[in-house]
Amino acid sequence: MSDIVLKTEGLTKHYGGVHALVDANFELRRGEHVAIMGDNGAGKSTFVRQITGVERRTSGKVWFDGQEVDFAGPLHAREAGIEAVFQNLALADDLDVPSNLFLGREKILFNLGPFSILDRKGMRQATEAALKRTAVKIPNLGSTIRNMSGGQRQCVAIARTATFASKLIIMDEPTAALGVQETAQVENIVRTLKDNGEPLILISHNMRQVFDLVDRIVVFRRGRIVANLRKEETDGQDVVAYITGAKTQNMAAAAL
Amino acid sequence: MAQTTFGVGGLTYDHSKRHMPQELNVLIALVLIIAAFELLGRILIGDSFLLNTRDNVDTIFNQARLQIIILQVSIVGIIAIGITQVIISGGIDLSAGSVVGATAMIAMSFAQVAMVNGNPNPKAVFLEQGWVDLPVIVPVIVGLGCGLLAGLINGSLIAYTKIPPFIATLGMMVTARGVAKWWTKGEPISFPTESFAGIGKGLMPVVIFLALAVLFHLMLKYTLYGKRCYAIGSNEEAARMSGINVERHKVLVYSIAGLLAAVAAIVLSSKNLTAQAGMGVMYELDAIAMAVIGGVSLSGGRGSIIGTVLGSLIFGVIISGFTFLKLDAYYQEMVKGAIIVGAVVLDVWRQRRRSSRG
Repeated sequence: MSDIVLKTEGLTKHYGGVHALVDANFELRRGEHVAIMGDNGAGKSTFVRQITGVERRTSGKVWFDGQEVDFAGPLHAREAGIEAVFQNLALADDLDVPSNLFLGREKILFNLGPFSILDRKGMRQATEAALKRTAVKIPNLGSTIRNMSGGQRQCVAIARTATFASKLIIMDEPTAALGVQETAQVENIVRTLKDNGEPLILISHNMRQVFDLVDRIVVFRRGRIVANLRKEETDGQDVVAYITGAKTQNMAAAAL
Repeated sequence: MAQTTFGVGGLTYDHSKRHMPQELNVLIALVLIIAAFELLGRILIGDSFLLNTRDNVDTIFNQARLQIIILQVSIVGIIAIGITQVIISGGIDLSAGSVVGATAMIAMSFAQVAMVNGNPNPKAVFLEQGWVDLPVIVPVIVGLGCGLLAGLINGSLIAYTKIPPFIATLGMMVTARGVAKWWTKGEPISFPTESFAGIGKGLMPVVIFLALAVLFHLMLKYTLYGKRCYAIGSNEEAARMSGINVERHKVLVYSIAGLLAAVAAIVLSSKNLTAQAGMGVMYELDAIAMAVIGGVSLSGGRGSIIGTVLGSLIFGVIISGFTFLKLDAYYQEMVKGAIIVGAVVLDVWRQRRRSSRG
């Protein structure tokens, strides 16, 4: 029981008449890395939005860290220990790297309530350390995010997640817009998280990446979970077959 | 060597290029405008704009003109400081001028002397109640309270009813002007106590303006408050998702803007030794223009107090430059309008250039 970090039962989300997510039963164990795959509109992002409190579910139950939860907003999910990197990155363009990394949880030198003095040096050093740990290279920490490439911005967002993650990390297509070298960096970050035993949900379209990084693959199709596959017991062709609907799995097995 | 090579894929990064602050451009503009007036002065009226041309005074600069320039912008400059932090956090405040009017009237009515030339003060609002010859702290606290209240209402409306800042503060602009007129049924209030008159005496407005500018520069740059202003103005959704209490911060920002409008009102009424219901008309637009000239972006997230101070100096130089060239006061107003629109056009250009660079 306590081995399970996240569990959903009958998770359902309707947008008006559209059944974007239907009766999703999902489990994630401690230290486990799971990939969510599926075609566009299969319900992957919808599923993540329900778990992270960005949207309120239509019905179903969610347990996180042994407790039944119903997050009122992304902040509640974050306070509970779920960190997410979304496709739209949630960075403040006009702030520099340390300010973005510590956005909303700034280090304080001298506490004066809302007028507290910032520990700029401390945040800068912590940022350097965090970027070193995740092997992210940024030309100049002091320049604003606006001037950076998509890959660099993504790296900042991921470094933030990795720095503060407490219990569960979710990445929604973290390498979709990245070049080869930047993708390798992000994958290295994910491996580091695996070594540290931090559970992770990865949404990705990249088959090589998924087989490289995760323990288990969950396939979504038309709003439903259609397959739950251990990496060793499947291959790329098999997964593609589930994604396209050429093959279906017994749902009783999926709940395992 | 200015060039350093590191970063993703061995990116070349030139430190010397990126570190040129935007305030430098504003400073260059200020110098160019002064040079232009200097040149026009020599050609058109054969006099120097800023340099001393009289023999009886032993200074390099024309100190009288320098004082006028900074004195005339310092009161609106105090408002501009408040408006700068509002605009940086993604809002706008159109109510500042009217809040100045209302605050000046209310504060002044608590700052009156009992006797004028041996007779009871004919203009005293609270003579019957005996609220005359009060210590200076009373009108100051009352005035600051008025500004704070106006700002609290602005901020709460914007944060919690989610109406656009433009509408909320437009409402306050009309309401506060109404309060200013209603307070004495349109009568001006005069004869302040000596201690109250001391607040805005001589170069005091300049001292107060610069002290507040330094304070708010430090606040925006080194405190949580400033960081949140920039974060909210830059990407409100990201700020909210990061756990910043955006609503509470907005109330704080507008309250502080209201407080600064009240400071301006106290200094202005003290300097003029009188308060009138029409005080501060259009001050908010002048203040917004100072901020935008100084590089504060109307779309939020960018700008600084240093920029606004430089912007206010540009504003003052242009106005007194027109007086110096002996141009009619009507031209001043027309040009002022053009400056305000021109500054916003500049801001839009800057943003377009920035986005086209990707």
